[in-house]
Parts: sequence; C-alpha cells; structure tokens
Amino acid sequence: MSVTPLLEARGIDKRFGPVQVLKDVDFAVTPGEVTALVGDNGAGKSTLVKCISGIYPIDAGEFQFDGQPVTIHGPRDAAGLGIEVVYQDLALCDNLDIVQNMFLGREKRSGLVLDEPTMEQMAAETLAGLSVRTVKSLRQHVASLSGGQRQTVAIAKAVLWNSKLVILDEPTAALGVAQTAQVLELVRRLADKGLAVVLISHNMNDVFAVSDRIAALYLGQMVAQVKTTDVTHAQVVELITAGRSGDLGLPTEKIDSGVEYADTLTTPGAEQ
Amino acid sequence: MTTTAHHIEPVAVAPKPTVGSHVRDYLGRVRGGDLGALPAVLGLIVLCVFFAIMRPVFFSAGNFANLFTQGAAITIIAMGLIFVLLLGEIDLSAGFASGVCAAVLAQLMAEQGSPWYVAMLAAIATGVVIGLVLGFLVAKVGIPSFVVTLAGFLAFQGTVLLLIKGGTNVSIRDDVILAIANKNIVPWLGWILTVIGVAGYAVVVLLSRRRRVARGLVTEPFAVAIGRIAALAVILGIAVFVLNQERSRNVVVVSLKGVPIVVPIIAALLIIWTFVLRRTAYGRHVYAVGGNREAARRAGINVDRIRISVFVICSGMAAIGGIVAASRANSVDANTGGSNVLLYAVGAAVIGGTSLFGGKGRVLDALLGGAVIAVIDNGMGLMGLSSGQKFVFTGVVLLLAAGVDALSRRRAAATGTR
Ligand SMILES: Nc1ncnc2c1ncn2[C@@H]1O[C@H](COP(=O)(O)OP(=O)(O)OP(=O)(O)O)[C@@H](O)[C@H]1O
Ligand SMILES: [Mg+2]
Repeated sequence: MSVTPLLEARGIDKRFGPVQVLKDVDFAVTPGEVTALVGDNGAGKSTLVKCISGIYPIDAGEFQFDGQPVTIHGPRDAAGLGIEVVYQDLALCDNLDIVQNMFLGREKRSGLVLDEPTMEQMAAETLAGLSVRTVKSLRQHVASLSGGQRQTVAIAKAVLWNSKLVILDEPTAALGVAQTAQVLELVRRLADKGLAVVLISHNMNDVFAVSDRIAALYLGQMVAQVKTTDVTHAQVVELITAGRSGDLGLPTEKIDSGVEYADTLTTPGAEQ
Repeated sequence: MTTTAHHIEPVAVAPKPTVGSHVRDYLGRVRGGDLGALPAVLGLIVLCVFFAIMRPVFFSAGNFANLFTQGAAITIIAMGLIFVLLLGEIDLSAGFASGVCAAVLAQLMAEQGSPWYVAMLAAIATGVVIGLVLGFLVAKVGIPSFVVTLAGFLAFQGTVLLLIKGGTNVSIRDDVILAIANKNIVPWLGWILTVIGVAGYAVVVLLSRRRRVARGLVTEPFAVAIGRIAALAVILGIAVFVLNQERSRNVVVVSLKGVPIVVPIIAALLIIWTFVLRRTAYGRHVYAVGGNREAARRAGINVDRIRISVFVICSGMAAIGGIVAASRANSVDANTGGSNVLLYAVGAAVIGGTSLFGGKGRVLDALLGGAVIAVIDNGMGLMGLSSGQKFVFTGVVLLLAAGVDALSRRRAAATGTR
C-alpha cells in the first residue's frame, strides 16, 4: 500500500499482573479507510483500544502517529493527537445531561464561564447529523436514555471533534436495525471524509459491509491484517476462532510475529 | 465546525415548553424520584407551623433573627461538605477542623495580639492546609475518606485542646470578629443589598434566557423566568422586612434591628460556590467525578486533583464556619466545632437534598437543610426540651432525610431516571 498509516502500533505488549493480554501486537490504520478489528470475547480488542487512547500504559512497543513516534500518557494526549474513542462501556456520567457528557473534559467557555448555548447548539447539530430524533431534550440526564440512545450520545461525543482517528468499540451492540444502519453509514462517511476509522464488531455482516481492512486478534496476538476484499466470511471466522486460516494467521510451528505481519500487510492473501 | 456539519438538520425536540409543560415536567421528575428541594421545603413548612402553634413566640422577629445566627456556622460547614459529598466521599473531621481553625484565630489574637484580618487569614489558611492533607491521603495514598477523616476527627479534637492549652476558654475581644454573628447591618443597607440581589438574579436569568432564544434553543417560558425572579423578591423582601423590625426588649437601652451580618456573608458564599459548581468547568468536573469516576478519567479530567480540591474547599469552609461559631460564642473552648456540629452539618446537606451516594447536590441544599436544622434546634429549645430529647429527635430527622435519599434513588433506578 502506498498510503502511509496514520497510526501504527508496533510490538505492543500489555499484561495485567501475570496475565499477558496483548503479545507483540502490530496494528496499522490508514486514513480514509475503515479498519475492522475482530476477535473473540477476551481476545484483547478493548485492551488494545485503551492502550491507544492512553488509558492503560503499555509494557512494551511503540506508537507512530503521522509517521512520528509518539508517547500517549493519557486520554488528553490521545485527544490532542486527534484520536477519539467510543468505549464499549460508553463511559458516560449518568448524573450529567447529554450536552454536558458530550463536552466533558473539553467544555467550551467564554472566559471563566461555561458557554452553554454554544455547546448545546453544537451538540444539537452533531446529533442531527446522526439523525437522532428520539431524544426528548438535550438537557435530560443520560441516565434516562435507552441503551441505544446512550450509544448514540457516545458516538456523537466522538464525532463532535475534528478528529483524525475515530475508534468505535462495538458501537452497534445495543442498537436496533435502523440505528445500526445509520451508525454503519456514519462510519463509512467518516472514512470517506478522509478520517481513519477503527470499528470493533462481532457481526461479520457489518464488518464486511463497511470495512476496507480486517485485523484479527487471537488470544492477544495479531494474527492477520488483510484487505476485506481478499478474504471470505469463513476465513475471518476461522482466524477469529482458531488464529489461522490457510496461509493466513499463526504458523503451525511457532509464532514468528514480525515477519508474518509484514507479509500479511504487504501481500494480502490474494494469492490463495 | 463539526465533522458532520454537512448534514445539519434541525433536531426534532419536544414542542416549545409552556408553563403547563414546565409544571408537568417538574411533577414527572418528582414522581420519578428526583425530589430536589421538595422534602426540605415541606419539612420546613410543617416544622414552622408546628412550633408556631406550640410556642407563638417562635414567629417573633427576634426569634427569626436567632434562627440565622444559630444556623449560620452549620450552614457554612455544610456548604463545604457538599463538595465532598458530591464525590461520594465523607469528611467526618469538618466539625473539629472548624474548631482547630477557630482556636488558631482566637490564640493569634489573644496571645500574639494579631489584628483580626491576620488571624482570620491564618485560620482559613489552616483550613486549606488541613484539606490538602486529607485530600492527599484520600486521593494519592488511597485511604478511604471515612477512615482518614475519622482519624482527623480524633486528632483535631486533640489539636483544639493543645491549642487552647487544655480546658481553658479563650475569649474573643476583637470588635470586627464579634460583629460577624452578633451585629446587624443598618436597615437601609439591608434593602439596598436586597434590591441588588434581586436585580442581579433577574439580569442573570433574563440574559442567559435571551442568549438561548437568540440561538433558537429550547428555553423555559418567560412566565416561569419572571416567576422565579418574583419568588426570590418576595422571599427576600419578607425576610428583610421582618429582620428590620425592632427586636430589642428595651429600645431605650439598645436598638436591635436589621439583617444580621452573617446573612449577607452566607448569601455571598452561596452565590460564589453556586457559580463555581454550575457555571465553571471545575464544577462540571466535580459532578462528573462524582457520577462516574472512570468516565471522568477517560475524558481527560485530573481526577486526583478534583478529589483533593473538594477536601480543601470543605476544610476551608469549615474554617469560615469556625470563625462564625467563635464570633457567636464570643470565645473558643474545647467544644468549639465539637458535639453535634458535624452531624448537624452532614444532616443539613442531606436534608437539603444532597445525596450521600455522590453526584447529586447543590450548594443551596446546605441553606435549606441548615434552616431545617436551625428550626428544629430553636423550636425544641423554645419548648424546653432537654438536650437528650433534642439529640434523639435530630437523629431521627437525619435518618429520615437519608432514608428519603436512599428511597428516591431506588425509585429513580426503577423508573430509569438515574
Ligand atoms: N483491567 C483489567 N485487569 C485485568 N485483566 C483485564 C483487564 N481488562 C481486561 N482484562 C483481561 O484481558 C483480556 C482481554 O480483554 P478485552 O476486554 O480486551 O477483550 P475484548 O477483545 O474486548 O473482548 P469482548 O469482545 O468481550 O469485548 C480478558 O481476558 C480480560 O479478562
Ligand atoms: Mg471489548
């Protein structure tokens, strides 16, 4: 691929005490593309995302953003780079309203005072862009929203900012059919605008519908990162459940990660 | 601009609110478990009617003024406590922290002959340092606030004794400090402050309303805005009118009328802290950390700093409360800030509607709850009840308030509004 990746993670290790959750993970996302990150429950997808957004410190490895090596020490660093994340558990404050949640940590102010009208207007426009019509008032507490509405607020919070990379951790898990279609359409739209988008999903139909690339995690190891058009449903499912599929994924003998990933990246398994 | 600016459509929201829909919304919230100030206001009315029937003198201007000076220190300490409670933490040491600060004030003036402003600043600085230490132990070391402040409760009790050199009673002679809880402002100044207060409130309400209308945002009906302003004007007007009546038994000897000086002090603290909580990013972050600490952390908020800061505010306000208490008692002794001060302050916050579970509360709650506590204390005093009976009754009221808090939370969880 000629396009340089926007974010490139190399050799990421992450352990929680004795448990190694990520093993030497390489991961690259390209602007203008939707990269689907797939893997079984507990494969380490959310952990990888949290390492990227600076919530968890990494034990080894490095990040490059726009070709520059960067260190991400916290959510502010990530936001500063233009990385926005919709977390699986949404991370909303139940006791705050929709607008307050969307601007949390990055409130608009005029002088010392919060600029509520500006924030409310921007929130309204963003939600309208997501075609959200079901919330009664932008000033209602998030606690009173349905699961899908909460999810939409979390997504709106991520697309509100002029970000370069948007990561969505299972954004459609709680959504109805129409809302899911809308979110997928939004995901596509963001990528078409030139943003890099990472979509985590267990739904293969969604993955194949919107993604340009698929990255598969298996027990904390990145077993393949391939073009979506080069693989079949069945192959991806195999990668997720067994860590390998034909020439793709873990070698049968030993794990020689570095070479393997470089291969899958540059010569996506078209030849099989 | 936003990333979706190319796709702007008007958001379909509820139709323009009317007075009727406003009232319906409020009733809906109450039914959903968000009781707000309702229990405190209802309780206040019931208690006032009860005591007025039992002891008609309860409703005299003199007794009305007493309520303010009796409740002042508790209310001020409760205002600071609300910040700690908003995070779901507790400060059990706030009472004796106020005692320590009052002792610092008294001893500086008595032994060093310091002027009142130096002593006062030193007292407040003491409070700030106490808060820094408590906050550090809670946020950075990770000891539960209950334990840290329980230790503080004991240690500060001892510190008061050490500062006043055991059992003695350090009297306060400085006129400025004594005036805080014992003198009144001249009646005309009371009216001027009232007019300024109401006009200021009207400007804030109407200006922010206009700004919202200009942007085409959903706005509360004009009638509701005017109603709020009118309500404030009526309440303040009646209070100032009553306080401006002659309260002295013997006018020839001494005239006693006007708003007690503590009242504008409390009003100023109320306005400042309400502004901080509701209009600044800092206040927003306090609510966020209280509501969902992990979400706040992921939003890039420095959670530790917020946690330390609320203890600083709490102990700093306790210092101010201690100064007021010292002024009212004309002295500082081993009991300043002790006995029921802390429980009354926590009670005031909870009765006013601040949740012990964090995330919910307003500075105004301290005032409402403080009023309830002051009325109970004062009314039972008038009825000649013993201390024992007073303690039992206040304990029951505190339990009742905490029960209302817990039940409204359960109800809110059941109806999905929290
Ligand atoms: N804070 C933590 N402390 C200890 N272990 C953790 C922590 N977070 C995650 N883990 C472990 O790391 C592994 C990967 O978890 P992760 O949440 O990244 O999985 P996932 O791929 O997102 O799964 P899912 O599809 O279910 O969301 C799991 O085995 C989990 O138990
Ligand atoms: Mg996950």
